[in-house]
Formats: sequence, structure tokens, C-alpha cells
Amino acid sequence: MKPTATLATAARVLRQILHDPRTIALLVVVPSLLIGLMAWLFDTTPVFAQVGPAMLALFPFIVMFLVTSISTLRERRSGTLERLLTLPLRRLDIILGYALAFGVAAIVQAGVAVGFAIYVCGLDVEGSLWLLLGVAVLDAILGTTLGLLASAFARTEFQVVQFMPALVFPQVLLGGVFLPRDQLPDVLRSISDWLPLSHAIDALNAIARGTEDIGGDLLIVAAFALGAVLLGALTLRRRTP
Amino acid sequence: MVNSQAAVLIEDLRVRRDKHEVLHGIDLRVPPGAVVGVLGPSGGGKSTLLRAIVGVQIVQSGRVDVLGLPAGSAALRSRVAYMTQGTSVYDDLTVRQNLAYFRAILGVARSEVDRVIEATDLGDVADSLVETLSGGQRSRVSLAGALLGSPELLVLDEPTVGLDPVLRGELWRLFRTLAAGGVTLLVSSHVMDEAARCDRLLLLREGEILADDTPAGLLESTGGVDTEDAFLRLIERATTDVRGVS
Ligand SMILES: Nc1ncnc2c1ncn2[C@@H]1O[C@H](COP(=O)(O)OP(=O)(O)OP(=O)(O)O)[C@@H](O)[C@H]1O
Ligand SMILES: [Mg+2]
Repeated sequence: MKPTATLATAARVLRQILHDPRTIALLVVVPSLLIGLMAWLFDTTPVFAQVGPAMLALFPFIVMFLVTSISTLRERRSGTLERLLTLPLRRLDIILGYALAFGVAAIVQAGVAVGFAIYVCGLDVEGSLWLLLGVAVLDAILGTTLGLLASAFARTEFQVVQFMPALVFPQVLLGGVFLPRDQLPDVLRSISDWLPLSHAIDALNAIARGTEDIGGDLLIVAAFALGAVLLGALTLRRRTP
Repeated sequence: MVNSQAAVLIEDLRVRRDKHEVLHGIDLRVPPGAVVGVLGPSGGGKSTLLRAIVGVQIVQSGRVDVLGLPAGSAALRSRVAYMTQGTSVYDDLTVRQNLAYFRAILGVARSEVDRVIEATDLGDVADSLVETLSGGQRSRVSLAGALLGSPELLVLDEPTVGLDPVLRGELWRLFRTLAAGGVTLLVSSHVMDEAARCDRLLLLREGEILADDTPAGLLESTGGVDTEDAFLRLIERATTDVRGVS
């Protein structure tokens, strides 16, 4: 490992994000706005109390997936990736640099979203707020790392968007937002057990209810994030056709 | 090692891109400390050859050794510098931020950033975003990135495209100074008057080497009045040869 190359890459990516107000807005403001919209929508019903925690997983995950995959794709298309791959840095330095930069963005995003959900939308949380924040960050990092991996298999922005129905929507549908996971048909239930977003949502729901036995769920989410980073580094080829 | 004197040694290099063979068995030997011009018609395979030398091109077969090591070896990454065709820099960063990033990866002295900014005459725009620069300025940022540190081999794909004659002259003087210090340079170009400033010229056409000679040798063997004329004669000769066979 060469920590300076990883850190230099993370700093460079953060600098690029800071240059673009739209990306900042998408990362920091949009998830909170969507959560606010949900709260408003279900204002006269008890629904928001049930799905609110899941929203803290859903919107940051989707936004992070999109922003990360498109910015790494831009790197590939602009030729800068080709240049980087001729320089003395490891492929993992590039991937970790991106994961780190968007990890920092994820902390800001999750902080704003959690604060907004609780203090503005009135979401009730029995358990630890810090734990809730930590899981929300981890979930956003999961979106980042899956986005990194997806961009390796895409050549255009359009292809990245095609990954949404393949990788993201099934996780949303089966994650327990529309129907609690224990009420799903058996087959769908077992599939949803294998999807990392389900476990992020389970963990957030558990914290909101005050039961904090979420070690297993966190381990699964972290394993997926780590696996995506390693696979992302492996699929990054120095030689191209 | 027998061939350790050659900066680049290529034997029977074949490359396919997208189902078509675009380099058909190239043999090449580049002596160290030489400035080699890679010239030829568009689509002739210049960029593909340079990509194979820096080790980013998937090759079909053949051997490519750079500074005594197989092209693309990890040990070569701080010894070989590459400027891609088309500017591979970050549009949403300033000139200085771009170069500072490449410098950090190379792990060379911080003062290198100022040195290459000066060498490429970018002082006035050093703190401007790259997306606000002109095409020629942008390509100089890309070139500046390749000049960082002290690479032993510089592979430059059309470094002077879009530059005025004064700036081109300055850059070629810089290339000559580097070569005098023992650096080997491979420079592709479309501008024929640059050919005269090279130690050797390589003419690539349709994936084959039509000529590999000194500028003087080329004029002599073709009877051309200048390099442009010499190349036109060579290309014409090659075309009629093909017609004669078929
Ligand atoms: N990314 C690619 N995928 C498939 N084929 C390619 C690709 N890039 C180039 N080629 C093909 O390879 C051949 C050689 O291209 P190359 O870019 O090496 O030419 P060149 O001499 O650098 O041309 P130019 O002077 O226009 O830059 C061309 O026939 C081109 O069609
Ligand atoms: Mg080219």
C-alpha cells in the first residue's frame, strides 16, 4: 500500500466535488428533501414512523451510487484514468481514494439527513443517535462502493443508468420498505436476505425501535462494501484494447 | 543483457483493435538519448504503438522491451512518462491542482510543479480551472504532467498540436535539452517541419513501418527536397508497390 497516493487521490476527488455546486446539492440536500417529502406525504398517518428509518438507507444509497459511478466513469472517458494507470500507484489506491473521498461526503450527507429526519420531520428514534448515524454512513459507503464496481462495466453514462434497474431497484423493492421482509413470499424473502441494502434497512429499523442487536447486519453490509472495493480494483485493467 | 543499450526494443509487434489488426509485425530499436519522431497518416497506428510502449495497450503478440524491462512493468512507472493524445487532465481542477496531484503520486519534490509550469509557459494561468483554458493551453497542462520528475523515457502523443510556432520552437528546444541530458523521447506529430528537429524519424502507415532513418538519410534515399516531400515519395512508392503486386 502507498498511503500518500490513496490520500492524494481522495483529496483530489474531494476538491473536484467542491468545485461543483450541483454535485454538492445532490449529495447533501436531495436525500433530506426526499425524506421531508415522505414525511409530508404521510403526515396524517403513522406510516412515516415505520418507513422513516428505511428512507435514511434508501435515498443516500441511491444518490451515492449514481454520483460515484458517474464520476469514475468520467475519469475513464477523459483519459485521466489511462494516465493514472501509467503512474506509480496501485489500482487499489485509485479505488480506495474514491471510496475515502465519497466516505467523507457520506458523513456530511448522513449527518444532514439524520438531523433533518429527527429534528424537522419528527422521526422517533429509541436507540442511539450515533449508532443510527454510523449505520447511515456505512450504507452510503455501500452505495459508493457498488457504484465504483458498476462503473467498471459501463462505457457510457447511459450504461451506468442501466445498472439502476439491475442493481438498485430490486434491493429497494425487496428491502422491506414496501412490505416488511418477514411478510414476503419465501423465495423473495431468501433473495432479500442476500441483498446488502435489506440489512442496512433492518439495522436502521432496529436502532429506531431501540433494539440494538445489529452486529450481524452491519457485518454483511461491510462485507459487501469491502468486496465491491476489492472487485473494483481487480476489474480495473491497466491494459485496454 | 544484450539489448540493455536500447531505450526501446520491439520485435514483431502485432496489435488488434476491435477485430482489425492495426500493427502488423513492427520491429524497432530506439537508441537512448535520441529524439525519435513518429510520423504518418492519421489512423496509421502511431498512438497504438506509443500505447504499447507505455504498456496500456493489449497486444496480440511480439516483444516490447523498455529500458531493458518488459513494457508495462511496475518498475517502469516512475521511469517512463506518457502524454496521451487528447488532454488527460481534470477540467474541474486548476492547472496547479492537476500537477500537484500527479506530483504527489510520483513522489517527487514539490518544486517540480513550478518548474514544469515554467517550462510549458503556463505561469499566467497556473491558478485557472483547466476548463477555462484554450485548447493549446490545455494540451500544455497535459504535457507539463509528463515532464514532472526525471523520467528516462518520454512518450508524447502529439504534444505540440494546436500550438503557435514560437511555443513549438520553445518546446522543441526543451526536448533537445532533455535528450542532451540522456533522456529518450518518442514524439508523434503531424507537423512535418518538426521532423527536421528529430534524430530519427519513424514513418508509420497502415500499421507498418515505411521508414526508420535519420532525417538526412531519408532525404538522401528518397531524393526528396524536405521531409514532407520525402514522406510523400515514400507513401507514393508504397502505394504503387501494392498495386504492382495485386
Ligand atoms: N479505441 C479503439 N478501438 C478500436 N480501434 C481503434 C481504437 N483506436 C484506434 N483504433 C484503430 O486503430 C488504428 C490505428 O489508430 P491510431 O490511433 O493508432 O492511429 P494514429 O496514427 O495515432 O492516428 P492519428 O494521427 O489520427 O492520431 C485505426 O485504424 C483506428 O481505427
Ligand atoms: Mg494518434
